[in-house]
Amino acid sequence: MVEWEVVIGLEVHTQLATKTKLFEGAPTAYGAEPNTQAGLLTLAMPGTLPVLNREAVKMAVKFGLGVGAKINATSVFERKNYFYPDLPKGYQISQFYTPVVAEGYLDVILDEGEVKRIGITRAHLEEDAGKSLHEDFHGMTGIDLNRAGIPLLEIVSEPDLRSAKEAVAYLKTLHSLVRYLGISDGNMQEGSFRCDANVSVRPKGSDVLGTRAEIKNVNSFRFVEKAINYEIQRQIALIEEGGTVIQETRLYDSDRDETRSMRGKEGANDYRYFPDPDLLPVVFDDSFVEEVRKTLPELPAKKRERFKEQYGLADYDAAVLSTSRDLADYFEEVVRVSAASPKLCANWVMVELGAVLNKTNTDITQPPVSASALGILIQRVQDNTVSGKIAKTVFEAMVAGEGEADDIIAKRGLRQVTDSAAIERWVEEVLKANPAQVEEYRSGKERVFGFLVGQVMKASKGQANPQQLNEVLLKKLTQ
Amino acid sequence: MHTKTIAELVIELREKKISSQELVQHYLNRIKKYEPQLNAFVTVLQEDVLNEEAKKADELRAQGHAKLLTGIPIAQKDLFCTKGVRSSCGSKMLDNFIAPYDATVVRQCQDAGMILMGKTNMDEFAMGSSNETSFYGAAFNPWDLERVPGGSSGGSAAAVAGRLVPVATGTDTGGSIRQPAAFTGVTGLKPTYGSVSRYGLIAFASSLDQGGPMTLSAEDAAIMMNVMSGFDPLDSTSVEREYGDFTQHLNRSLSGLKIGIPEEYFGPGLDPAVGAVVQEAIKEYEKMGAKIRSVHLPNNALALPAYYVIAPAECSSNLARFDGVRYGYRCENPKDLMDMYCRSRAEGFGAEVKRRVMIGTYVLSSGHYEALYNKAQCVRRLVQNDFNTAFEEVDIILGPTTPNVAFKKGEKVNDPVSMYLSDVYTVGVNLAGLPGLSIPAGFAHGLPVGMQLVGNYFSEDRLLNVGHQYQQVTDWHKRMPAHV
Repeated sequence: MVEWEVVIGLEVHTQLATKTKLFEGAPTAYGAEPNTQAGLLTLAMPGTLPVLNREAVKMAVKFGLGVGAKINATSVFERKNYFYPDLPKGYQISQFYTPVVAEGYLDVILDEGEVKRIGITRAHLEEDAGKSLHEDFHGMTGIDLNRAGIPLLEIVSEPDLRSAKEAVAYLKTLHSLVRYLGISDGNMQEGSFRCDANVSVRPKGSDVLGTRAEIKNVNSFRFVEKAINYEIQRQIALIEEGGTVIQETRLYDSDRDETRSMRGKEGANDYRYFPDPDLLPVVFDDSFVEEVRKTLPELPAKKRERFKEQYGLADYDAAVLSTSRDLADYFEEVVRVSAASPKLCANWVMVELGAVLNKTNTDITQPPVSASALGILIQRVQDNTVSGKIAKTVFEAMVAGEGEADDIIAKRGLRQVTDSAAIERWVEEVLKANPAQVEEYRSGKERVFGFLVGQVMKASKGQANPQQLNEVLLKKLTQ
Repeated sequence: MHTKTIAELVIELREKKISSQELVQHYLNRIKKYEPQLNAFVTVLQEDVLNEEAKKADELRAQGHAKLLTGIPIAQKDLFCTKGVRSSCGSKMLDNFIAPYDATVVRQCQDAGMILMGKTNMDEFAMGSSNETSFYGAAFNPWDLERVPGGSSGGSAAAVAGRLVPVATGTDTGGSIRQPAAFTGVTGLKPTYGSVSRYGLIAFASSLDQGGPMTLSAEDAAIMMNVMSGFDPLDSTSVEREYGDFTQHLNRSLSGLKIGIPEEYFGPGLDPAVGAVVQEAIKEYEKMGAKIRSVHLPNNALALPAYYVIAPAECSSNLARFDGVRYGYRCENPKDLMDMYCRSRAEGFGAEVKRRVMIGTYVLSSGHYEALYNKAQCVRRLVQNDFNTAFEEVDIILGPTTPNVAFKKGEKVNDPVSMYLSDVYTVGVNLAGLPGLSIPAGFAHGLPVGMQLVGNYFSEDRLLNVGHQYQQVTDWHKRMPAHV
């Protein structure tokens, strides 16, 4: 039985978050009425000419610096020629022979905590195409050109990935990076972050690549994993049955969880790339690159290390909290405001806040409770105003919009009781009401202690300081 | 009135000897009278619209708000987009196309106060040297109605030579301003690549196309360059620099001017009668104090073949947008998408356009790109280097614009290569991106002969000075065809 090795390379198309298109001043906002964001160039009006958007070049360079890549000081826009109704000029302006970003790499943390370096072959700028709409046109096709001409950065990885899981880990790291850099909103539902996967298999130990199939346009992490896994199984089964994999483009059908052939190699276009004579080569000097470098934020990998060092966080917590810039910023604000232990803050952010985000299907960019409000709540735990348990109740109220932590604590009378006379009173009440349990404890069944703690806590409506409660109860039982 | 240059008309208007309304009406009457023979226009603007424009121009003048060219009529080649007026590019494909915007050149002329009389006939998508590839039928040469006016800016040349307008714009990709200027006895300037905006110029070959004026004199060409040149942020190949006043040095002496005569422009293929005319012109320059010497452009023979790789390559891609989807011609009852593409393009484009689209598609296709397209780009650099070397020794290069005078209609229509050869002295200038001026230098076989002056980059003011000085001592440019 042959053991198979999987080889995967990914091509990611990231829409850049520029205000205008790559080659004209038309706006790029998502969701506008069809064709309302199509300028004269987008429509490919005869006589119109492209003018390069500088912001897009800056963003591409920013990405290059973020993956430690060589930046090509001279890059050329080429025309990729093919006919399609959503490609109005009959060619896409892209970069083929000389991309703006050359070789770089991305360090990806795998499940086992192992760091794997994935090579990035190149990243280049190109225009997005429009959309063909096949519904609602009674057998005809509608064309929406709002998307046409929006800048894309196509990021091509080396075939360094060895499983669907690795592919997804790489994608998530890349996704986090482009959002960190502020060059893309990374919104996968809206198509701002799309992935093509090149998948092949070969007998383990072989250094020859197998024939690959390209899976087009998969738009969620989950589907990427499923599509690749399906494709791996399909190829292995095919080869083991004596067949051969053909080089082709395949489409993932998420409803049926399978990939289907779209077009074979023989149907492949000859794109007739040549330098776009309407555009000059893009040339910039070191000072331009240095200027862009100055705008680089702290990147995920560096932030993760700093979190471990500065806050004493565990690997896992540091990794989770640095996945997005917004989450990391939120966490650091909570630490700053609460002045509490970073570990406690990390728990609150990851567990309590995380649960709410999950439940409401929102993300950290729209937090239900602001970082400073959560910080104050945690401070109240730290200074014993409320117990951790009560704090959760307060937090729920905050999420429900009942106001700030201090207001809720005051309004609901949730302040923790540290008055030992009051605590002794509750303890005595409980001991009196539960003579049987007291007897059991005193005869050596120490397990009952927990029950009695619960009863006292209940009597105090949860407000007794837990440490004092323990001490008093123990004292009374052993008297 | 119609024998006058822009420079002269400007004075007449300023001194109120004529009004813009009279001027426009006069040219309109001439268009009505001669257009049936010349077919110089695809579209002539309506009389009431033109009168209204002329009236406005006169009012501005009366109020003292007139600019230099306020009220001067102009015709635009039909590949410059004009908002609200059809821009057909001489093609069935764009027979129904009305651009929603003005080309920069059109706007510049409007801003200068000029009145758009109409859109001139041209070879389809500027591909041709005789105007015969126009969907609207060929324009005719006013000097001999059996002959072609040249191309692709043949309609503009016929209109100016026929004195139907004092000026028309042209575009020059391989000689499309200079060759028809030579064939019809007018002055035509192809400026340095990047000095006249291409925004709104329906592209044939982007790296070669350049708009320019076709006029009755070098002085008028200088006046028009003041209007048409300049940096345009909408055209990435537009050159940002100070363009200055092109009329400033017109009267500079030519004493000590170094004129280079390339042997390659006087070899076999040149009609000796044409050569003799140019030799006379050279003598005229010597009289004015110019120093004549021989120069070499050794790679000139490669210019034409390289051009016929590069230009079709770019055109095959530039013309892909004409697919029947958004504007222009769409075939009847398409079965499906592929049928719509194929029939719309097959029915919408003429034979020459299709030939070049196919050549261009071929030279860019994988397996041929290196051997053809890349090689042609290398040749292009060699051709440019030849000129650079020559300009280390001389200020101006002079030769015939074309090897022959205007040929008969139909004579070369079935022999594309012989047609292409009429651009043999002009294409090199486009490949190098240099400015070239064609001015009338005399007659051969009773037909106008053009002389080409080529200058270094952005030396149009010098070039126009050299042309203007010649026109001060000769009157070839004032000769009018008998038919009009």
